[in-house]
Order: sequence, then C-alpha cells, then structure tokens
Amino acid sequence: MEDFFELAGRKYRSRLIVGTGKYKDFAETKRAIEVSGAEIVTVAVRRVNITDPNKENLLDYLDPKRYTILPNTAGCYNADDAVRTCRLAREAGVGKMVKLEVIGDDRTLFPDVPATLDAAKILVKEGFVVLPYITDDPITAQKLEDIGCAAVMPLAAPIGSGLGIRNPYNIRIILEHAKVPVIVDAGVGTASDAAVAMEMGCAGVLMNTAIASAKDPVLMAEAMRQGVEAGRKAYLAGRIPKKLYATASSPLDGILN
Amino acid sequence: MRFFIFMKIKINGEEKQIADGLSLIGLLEFLQIRPGRVVVERNRDIVPRDSFGATALAEGDVLEIVHFVGGG
Repeated sequence: MEDFFELAGRKYRSRLIVGTGKYKDFAETKRAIEVSGAEIVTVAVRRVNITDPNKENLLDYLDPKRYTILPNTAGCYNADDAVRTCRLAREAGVGKMVKLEVIGDDRTLFPDVPATLDAAKILVKEGFVVLPYITDDPITAQKLEDIGCAAVMPLAAPIGSGLGIRNPYNIRIILEHAKVPVIVDAGVGTASDAAVAMEMGCAGVLMNTAIASAKDPVLMAEAMRQGVEAGRKAYLAGRIPKKLYATASSPLDGILN
Repeated sequence: MRFFIFMKIKINGEEKQIADGLSLIGLLEFLQIRPGRVVVERNRDIVPRDSFGATALAEGDVLEIVHFVGGG
C-alpha cells in the first residue's frame, strides 16, 4: 500500500521529521538520520565562528538533494527576528519551507502565539511555506491555517521534556478541524509516544532530543521509525472500540462439558 | 615604503580591522570560509551569493555571516 504525506505539493513517504541538534558529531547525526528514514530534517541558522571557522559543515553530511532541509527559527523571541532568520535561511538555497518558532520564554520554550501569528502573516505573504510550532490550542491552529500555513505543528509537551502527548483531547480537536497536515512537534520521549500521535491520525511527528539524547541515538532512531510506522498502520487499519467487559476470542460453541 | 590602510568593520558582533577596499569574497577567503555554505547580511540587507565578488566592504559595515548548524 502506498501511503504518502503531502507537504507543499511534495510527497513524502516518511512521516518522521527529525532534528539535527545535540548529536555527538556530524557522523552520528548522519547515521541516526539515515536509520530514522526521515526525508525532512530541521536545522538552525547561526553565526559562523569567524575565529575558528569549522571546515566541516552540517550540509557536508546531509545532502540537500536527498533531504528536504527545514530551517527553524529556534532562539527567536520576537516576530522580526524570526522573519529575518527565515530570509537568511532562504538565501542558503534549500527552498522556501521553514519551521517557524517564536519562543515565549526560555524556561518553558512555549511559543509566543501572537508573535507567531504576526511572523506567519509576513512569511506567507513573502512566499514561504510556513510550518509553525504552536501550543496544542485548536484556535491558534485554525488561525494559522487561515493565514495560509502549510501545516500546523502543535507540541506534545515542552521541547526536550520527553513527556509525550499531554493533552490528547486538544490534539484530537485540532485534527478534526484542520485541513492542513497536523504534525506533532516537540515533547516526544520514546517510540510509543510517536505511535500514539500517529494512531490519533496526525500526519507526522517531529522530534530531536528523544533520538539525539538517547543512550544509543542510532537505535532510538530505528525505534522511532518503527513507532511512527506502527502508529500510522494502526490508524489506517482502524482500531477496535474500547469496551468495559470481555468479549471471548474463542468460539463458545463446542465447549466440552 | 609600503603603506597598509585598514578599515574597521563588525563581523558577527566582533570589531575587526581589515584591509581597505577588500571585497566580501576577499574577506571570506581571508577568514577561510567557504562562500557556498554561508549567507551574508551586510547592514541588515542580505547579499546574494553571486554578488559576493562585486561587494566592496566599507568602513563601519556590520556583517552577519551565518550557516546551518544542528537544530530541532
């Protein structure tokens, strides 16, 4: 069965989007991402260290022809900085898709919703394909969709917390109303968390810390790929309803007496 | 006797003295930065990559040289 996920007119087979931060080195980044099967990878935009310009660059390990590079605006605390970062990222020549995140405070890393909406309006007008990181708030998701964002990315839990989906009911409401892909972004801790998101009908899951900070990142990358695949298949297969009492699996006819 | 004239510019937040009349591509070469992997903002305006050679730097310029790093 062919099961694609479409974003900005492009089809992706993998529903796992992975970050590239926190790895030991670029070689480990590359191996984990290969094993994860991800086709979209996020990156951050930062100043080059001019006193010791690293000869190696992340893109030497992640071929932009093979992966869709998704620059983020991590570390931006207002709309202007986020828009500026996106413009710089676009100039790097990896496309127009950006992960918009405007952070509200550094303790929770929750998004600043009004600033995210402001930045999204500008970026959509400038032709960016905007994937915004947001709280699990159905109203915000709707507003961002109305602005013209290509997807909405509600958090499962705070970035890097590993708590899994804290409010499945909100995610369900977002899923019921959204006409764009809903991608759970941030807060996933382990493979079952990713599977839960996919079983609910999310289009994809985006994660970084859960893989990169696992004891064995490459093995966790494989677990996450399988978790996302299992959850997706379970969603498509249609699970049985939950019931309070038992239903026998073996026939009741022909029982010895 | 040869005379070197320098100009002061700011690169990624740091004050630097560079040779007067240096082009942006010349500066990147001097800093051993591969032009194909960076994006440069000069006084808040992005410099297209194909204009690096034609961009002459001037006293007081504020440059931001950025690239992609690991992030989530």
